[in-house]
Amino acid sequence: MSSTIESPRAAAPRRKGANWEKWGWIYMRVSGVLLVVLIFGHLFTNLMVGDGISAIDFGFVGGKLSQPFWQWWDVAMLWLALIHGANGMRTLVNDYVRSETARKVLNGALFAVAAVLIILGTLVVFTFDPCPAGASADLLPSFCGAA
Amino acid sequence: MPEKSAEALADEFARRRTPDIDPPGRPAGTLYRGHEGMWSWVLHRVTGVAIFFFLLVHVLDTALVRVSPEAYNAVIGTYQTPIMGLGEVALVAAIVFHALNGLRIILVDFWAGGTRHHKLMFWTVIVLWALLMLGFTPRHLMNVFSH
Ligand code: HEM
Repeated sequence: MSSTIESPRAAAPRRKGANWEKWGWIYMRVSGVLLVVLIFGHLFTNLMVGDGISAIDFGFVGGKLSQPFWQWWDVAMLWLALIHGANGMRTLVNDYVRSETARKVLNGALFAVAAVLIILGTLVVFTFDPCPAGASADLLPSFCGAA
Repeated sequence: MPEKSAEALADEFARRRTPDIDPPGRPAGTLYRGHEGMWSWVLHRVTGVAIFFFLLVHVLDTALVRVSPEAYNAVIGTYQTPIMGLGEVALVAAIVFHALNGLRIILVDFWAGGTRHHKLMFWTVIVLWALLMLGFTPRHLMNVFSH
């Protein structure tokens, strides 16, 4: 029995419409470069400066997320990383899952999880109140003043 | 272009096998299998998946700043234990590898010398990774264990 394999250089038949796989491929690379800067900066400010992990509490996060600079930093990281990660996981699902139905379900789940977390995270960053009323002052950033 | 049968292609690949990586009793090696190309791909895939699942949890724990200072501090406190501190070293190790190797993939794709120097670039990734981890690990463990 002999099956034939198309020559790798044979021209693929042209399909109409945008080539989404190509844009996904480009996205992985563009977001990757940006994420190196965003994630290394994130890890450095949170884990290397001062007392690192042991200094992280509500006051620390409130101090950062009350500044537009860190709000936009975190939101950019959130969108870029979740879309990059979900799209990368889609590659694995397409590689390993052979049943058409299971593949659709898993890729749908990846899309849903990424969408929900992107919306949740964005809302948190932009609706966050670093000085919530009624909270005890020793849990809050120092600029909140006496409650 | 004439089309080749699967057998003809398989024969051609068999003839191109490099002899020194063909030990008896093992599956025959190829230029790719068991070498830098394969291992960088395996590590990139494994670290990508690990980081993705961490990110899902991390967006949720950070979202607790929107609930209350007490809720956020309670959960972030579980990140500050010795066992989690070691886990964070593993997490940062995975992220730093994925980031550096991602840049290597991008260079292989876009830089004219990329495919010729991909092995050298892989070992450069390993060396840079080791240096960055040497900078990070003692600092982080000090923050974890001295508080
Ligand atoms: C730190 C900066 C990062 C860089 C430079 C980077 C770079 C890359 C590149 C170039 C690819 C290959 C895409 C392809 O072959 O088409 C990739 C795949 C992937 N990335 Fe990233 N990435 C980064 C961060 C992340 C983060 C934060 C996550 C998780 C949320 C992640 C998860 C993945 C996954 C799951 C894959 C698919 C792996 C595979 O197909 O074998 N990456 N990354």
